[in-house]
Amino acid sequence: MNWLSKIVIPVFVIVVVFYGFKKKINVYDSFLEGAKEGLKITLSIFPAIMAMVFAINIFLDSNFIYFFLNIFRGILNSLNIPIEIMPMALLRPVSGTASLAIMNEIFRQYGPDSFLGRLASILQGCTDTTIYVLALYFSSIGIKKIRYSLKVGLFADLIGIIAAFILTMLLF
Amino acid sequence: MVNYIWIFLILIGLFFALLTGNFDTINNSILTNGKKGLDIIISIFPVIVLWTGIMKIAEDSGLLKKFAKFVEPLLSRLFPSIPKDNPALGYIASNIAANMMGLGSAATPFGLKAMKELQDINSKKDTASEAMITFLVLNTAGVTLVPTTVLALRIAHNSANPSEIIIPGIIATFCSSFAGLLLDYIIRRRKR
Repeated sequence: MNWLSKIVIPVFVIVVVFYGFKKKINVYDSFLEGAKEGLKITLSIFPAIMAMVFAINIFLDSNFIYFFLNIFRGILNSLNIPIEIMPMALLRPVSGTASLAIMNEIFRQYGPDSFLGRLASILQGCTDTTIYVLALYFSSIGIKKIRYSLKVGLFADLIGIIAAFILTMLLF
Repeated sequence: MVNYIWIFLILIGLFFALLTGNFDTINNSILTNGKKGLDIIISIFPVIVLWTGIMKIAEDSGLLKKFAKFVEPLLSRLFPSIPKDNPALGYIASNIAANMMGLGSAATPFGLKAMKELQDINSKKDTASEAMITFLVLNTAGVTLVPTTVLALRIAHNSANPSEIIIPGIIATFCSSFAGLLLDYIIRRRKR
């Protein structure tokens, strides 16, 4: 699999460039035209990224999340859910780097082959930064009303978290 | 909705920091956040420009259309509102394929381009279309076959078997994608 993911990019570029050459289009001009479009796309997502990074980091740096989780310590304990994993589960939809940092901390404290280490590994791989992606993608084309998308996205994340938890218990 | 999330994150964060007397950290956070945002932009900027360039070649040569036709039977079931032969299907397919391979940064330009194509066939320009929502559900459920960053970190922390989490990870991803698509489908049916 590792080998496969290394070969995929070069092969992709070869296929695209060669196919363009075979079809006798001006490959270079097409590239420039597309790159120009990419420039516009980047500029259009710049404000959204700045806005999200600003809000997310204020929230993270305030340590509110740890205060919040302490309130529910009793309930979580009675459900057998380790409290150490909760900051990661809560932050996964918001920030990829934040949840990665927490996973790193779990590996350091408990080891990657512990229950928490495995759970964190599966959790990090199985969902994406839903809120961030929605904000980025919708703002890039000027969508204001996002309708039911957040609800569905977060529901999928929740199922992913539950599935990760059950699988870790069953398989290891 | 994003509006409320933004307000919530900032107000909760700032109020809590002020209540707990955490002035230094929060001051520092506000002042350095701009740089963090710029760092993200700088790291994805060249990737987006490069890949939209390469994908334009694929679009102009007809390769993207060919690829879209190949995956169309599968995708057209998920996206009944996208007309056949629309380049959006090709970009959606490329985005999902790149995500599967764990090439997150390569997937973003495809995804942004897919949204742009979907916006062209969207009748209400300020409102998300059904196809956009289905696409983002599929995208944020994050179908990753090779979680490269996780593997790298597990190896760095001397795991006895770093890759043991790949299969359970795929199963968990499948569960969340399926649940998301199912709820999306149910909501779409009910709106009719």
